[in-house]
Amino acid sequence: MKLSSGTIRLIIPAASLALLLAAVFYMQPRAMSYTGLNLLFNLAIPIALATIAQMLIMSINDLDLSMGTFVSFCACVAATVLQTSPLLGALIFIGAIAVYAGMGMLIHVRDLPSIVVTLGMSFVWGGLAVLLLPSPGGTAPTWARAIMTAKPPLVPMAIIASILIAAVTHYIVMRSSFGVLMRGTGGNDRSVERAGWSVIGIRAATYALAGLFAIFAGIALVGLTTSADANIALRYTLLSIAGVILGGGEFVGGKVSPIGAVIGALTLTLAGSFLSFMRISPDWQIGAQGAILIVVLALRLALNRLEKREKHQ
Amino acid sequence: MSFLPGTPLRQNNDSDRMTEPLKREEVVAARAIKVTFGAVKALDGADLVIHAGECVGLVGHNGAGKSTIVNVINGALSPHEGTLTYGGHPVHGISAARANGVRCVFQELSLCPNLTVNENARIMHAELNGWNWRSRAASLVRSQLQKIFPGHAIDCDSTVDDLSIAERQMVEIAISFAGRNQRPKLVILDEPTSSLDAGLAAQLMAYIRTFINEGGSVLLISHILGEILSTCDRIVVMKDGRVVADRAAKAFDTRSLVEAMGNVVREQEFSRKATARTGAPVLSMPPHPRHGIAFEAYRGEIVGLAGLGGHGQTDALLDLYLEHNSNWWPSRKREIAFVAGDRSLNGTFPLWSILKNLSIASLGQLSSKKMISDSREATLGSGWKRRIEIRTPDMRNRILSLSGGNQQKVLFARALATTASTVLMDDPMRGVDIGTKQEVYEILRTEAANGRTFIWYSTEMDEIRLCDRVYVFREGMIVAELVGDGISETNVLAASFSDGEAA
Amino acid sequence: MTLQKFLTEKPWIWSFVASIIVWITTVLFTGGASSLGLSQAALTFAAFSVIVGIGQMFVITLGPGNIDLSVPATMTLSGTLALKLMDVQDGMILFGLFASIGIGLIIGLGNYILIKLLRIPPIIATLSMSFIVQSVAIWSNRGLRIKPPETLAGFATSGLFGIPNIALVALVLSVIAWVLLEKSIYGRWISAIGQSRFAARMAGIPVDGARLVTYMLCAVLASVCGYLLASFSGGAALNMGSEYLLMSIAVVVVGGTAVAGGNSNIPGIWGASLFMFLVVSMLNTYGFGAGFRLILTGFIIIAVILLAGGHKSHR
Repeated sequence: MKLSSGTIRLIIPAASLALLLAAVFYMQPRAMSYTGLNLLFNLAIPIALATIAQMLIMSINDLDLSMGTFVSFCACVAATVLQTSPLLGALIFIGAIAVYAGMGMLIHVRDLPSIVVTLGMSFVWGGLAVLLLPSPGGTAPTWARAIMTAKPPLVPMAIIASILIAAVTHYIVMRSSFGVLMRGTGGNDRSVERAGWSVIGIRAATYALAGLFAIFAGIALVGLTTSADANIALRYTLLSIAGVILGGGEFVGGKVSPIGAVIGALTLTLAGSFLSFMRISPDWQIGAQGAILIVVLALRLALNRLEKREKHQ
Repeated sequence: MSFLPGTPLRQNNDSDRMTEPLKREEVVAARAIKVTFGAVKALDGADLVIHAGECVGLVGHNGAGKSTIVNVINGALSPHEGTLTYGGHPVHGISAARANGVRCVFQELSLCPNLTVNENARIMHAELNGWNWRSRAASLVRSQLQKIFPGHAIDCDSTVDDLSIAERQMVEIAISFAGRNQRPKLVILDEPTSSLDAGLAAQLMAYIRTFINEGGSVLLISHILGEILSTCDRIVVMKDGRVVADRAAKAFDTRSLVEAMGNVVREQEFSRKATARTGAPVLSMPPHPRHGIAFEAYRGEIVGLAGLGGHGQTDALLDLYLEHNSNWWPSRKREIAFVAGDRSLNGTFPLWSILKNLSIASLGQLSSKKMISDSREATLGSGWKRRIEIRTPDMRNRILSLSGGNQQKVLFARALATTASTVLMDDPMRGVDIGTKQEVYEILRTEAANGRTFIWYSTEMDEIRLCDRVYVFREGMIVAELVGDGISETNVLAASFSDGEAA
Repeated sequence: MTLQKFLTEKPWIWSFVASIIVWITTVLFTGGASSLGLSQAALTFAAFSVIVGIGQMFVITLGPGNIDLSVPATMTLSGTLALKLMDVQDGMILFGLFASIGIGLIIGLGNYILIKLLRIPPIIATLSMSFIVQSVAIWSNRGLRIKPPETLAGFATSGLFGIPNIALVALVLSVIAWVLLEKSIYGRWISAIGQSRFAARMAGIPVDGARLVTYMLCAVLASVCGYLLASFSGGAALNMGSEYLLMSIAVVVVGGTAVAGGNSNIPGIWGASLFMFLVVSMLNTYGFGAGFRLILTGFIIIAVILLAGGHKSHR
């Protein structure tokens, strides 16, 4: 049977995750337990959600450099306003989604580079977060804490949540009509427009959806850490981009994979644990993430070349 | 080959007046359409009426106005003059055209490459909404593909990227013909068989006849005259933005069709004598692996590349250029220069002045120790401004302040100002006014006499006639070499239109 | 009409005008007492942004998608390693500088190798590179804070005729960069590449060569900036570069360099860097917190890109 390019794109990230996991289990058999897995992957949930948000933006050929500060802002809202007066907190989140939708429209209408607009927004979100929470603090809403620390039978929460995120976003992005239009806009927006769809509407909706997932990421993060600070998720900008790319997504052309993105986020999280099990100093944690990124991209390039050569013959 | 009764026959060569009353319902009627792009009249009073239940063939050489009139009919272009009606109603725009059942299969593929076949059908057909759209889309596309190309092996769940080019073309054709509640009335096919093999092309032509018999209409554009002659009821020939012939297909044969596309009489005012070849070729390229002729160019020659647009001429020029030009190191001595055809896309640097646009390719001569000398650059600028008559008060004005023709002159001057002994030209005179053209032709002749070699891809017959030797391209390879008096419109047309099946 | 033409051709004027207004507003609040101190601080801190900003500007000039995200990591690594090598010895100052330049060259080369070999967009190539560089910096730093050599620290913190030495260094670098951009063949090349890479290639420009040099140049400027910053602040810190990731892009955008590439200007970087610093101190003086400062910075960037965005629609 001939494999589709989408499947091929998933093979490498899945294989690298499996390989990494096997190495971790080999070195530290105790990790192969309920608690061990939960510890390994707990922090992956907010990263996976942020990666999904970034992936949505990337599916229409844009890039969100404000992801990290926006997730931090959401974490701050969740740890303060949402906890004290849930209604107001919800309103703030709805407003933030509206801002994202507006950002998507603005970028399209004025034909602006998304990198610069989101760069500007990253200062805005950062500022708002500092205003909300000048010094680390706040408390996680009890329900968020309860969800994130839940101990379902047999399979740890982190795994269930990852599978759930992957399944839901796979349905939205890969199966639903909206997902088709969204990826179509990334692939060939002229043909989508020629068929009579409103590209600006599609883009606004995509940005709004990305905002929603980033909000989930913020809440999940606070649920894990119990308190927030304005810089809590700054790394997420780069991690989310790296996660999408690791998971087989591409910068242009609407080629994205939600399952891959979740796997990419898990791989990046696991890379850190892997090194600490290897007894390599945590200094190299970030470097390992970079190295994994490069290796996976090199593998993908090799595979693409092979595929192309087969096609030519 | 079956002809429907009542197909309107129009026996007059000049289409300015209608001779016969219409017997059938008009699907689309474009009358006396004029479209101008700057100084160029793309359409100069063209008429095209398509009735229900007929297949109309549209032929013509490059720049005859084929794609412009197609764009008018499908709503992408608004005509500057003339009337356009769909089923008798004068409406405008892409969505209006779609609502009136006009579908278009474009020459450049317009599917979303990252989506599956079914998903592309979902985008093209808004009626495929609600739950379960995937299976409905699948059955729609599958049954339509089966109807047009029985026995095909396309998996509708595969991504368009994974399909071969032929399969993509098949899918696009099938999606355009498909439709449950909104069946298409007119399908425009622009070179639909360009990447299909003979068997598939025959299947498509057979389906077109079925579609016509069911009351649909098709507008077929193709460089394969055999297809046009055997499939169409009526053939419209365009030239210079006008319809020059509009007759029943059986009134034509290959020969008369080629003649109708060309000019009957033309004085050979520019024709040059074949010069004696001296020494080894300055440039050469092996023939296409399948068959075809090898390319060679000698010192002081003007070599023309002819044929229909997009049949490999530009690729050949790019291959020649990139092979002789390093991407990493600045070359000490430039041997080859390039004049772009699409100015705005790959020629001019829009943020720069005229002078900077002119001097960019010869900075090496203008500088010492890698620093550009302003005075030497200015001298170069004023020299070429005089020589090629760039109409501007100041060479430091922005390049975009110039007219298209003058921008093109700057690009010429850029290449000629270099020390390069060979100049490649990628149809550079498209859309340039006749006065400018004459000036440039004169310079070309002088430069060639001084020993420069020119490789000139042109879509215009008048320019091809200026060349010493001409290679005609078809389907990515050189199919004919014409020399001296052999360089004639008839010969070029005959070589660029294949009369048989697609290769 | 001519004034309008002047302003559209020299968009950097705005950042200077804005800087002066902000400076006056700040000085007025303190009754003129702070004018010298404020100016010196502004020049010093702007100088760091200018040095990294110039490098980033060269890269952005190469056209859409070209951006160097490894700037902060490069700064950190260079600052850390240089101080370690010099080991508080005055005799090693020059050696440290060369080492830091060498680090920049290697990182720039690495960046472009990744871009070219893996055929990945610069943003992800420089990102992966920065992960690795950051790790090397963490590993070599080991939490030790090594002081810069006495003379070097003295140089970095003092001035000449009241103008901070750092600002003078930045000025010299700016002049060199200006000459490169405006007078040299290389400057023409990168501007051409930024406007249309294909047209540049067809005009005979060695596109890959020019891009490689640009990425190396950007990394060298970042590492020189790291060297100076570490000497100025009395030691290297692991987060010393982080602020400059967004700042290096922001000063380029606010300074009036076209984000779509091909157009760049050095004076604008100075205007924007001064402006960014002065806005902060103005808001501080008036008692506004870091939050407002950040929000305002964001709005300024968005406003600038909205105003300058018309550029692209011309094409």
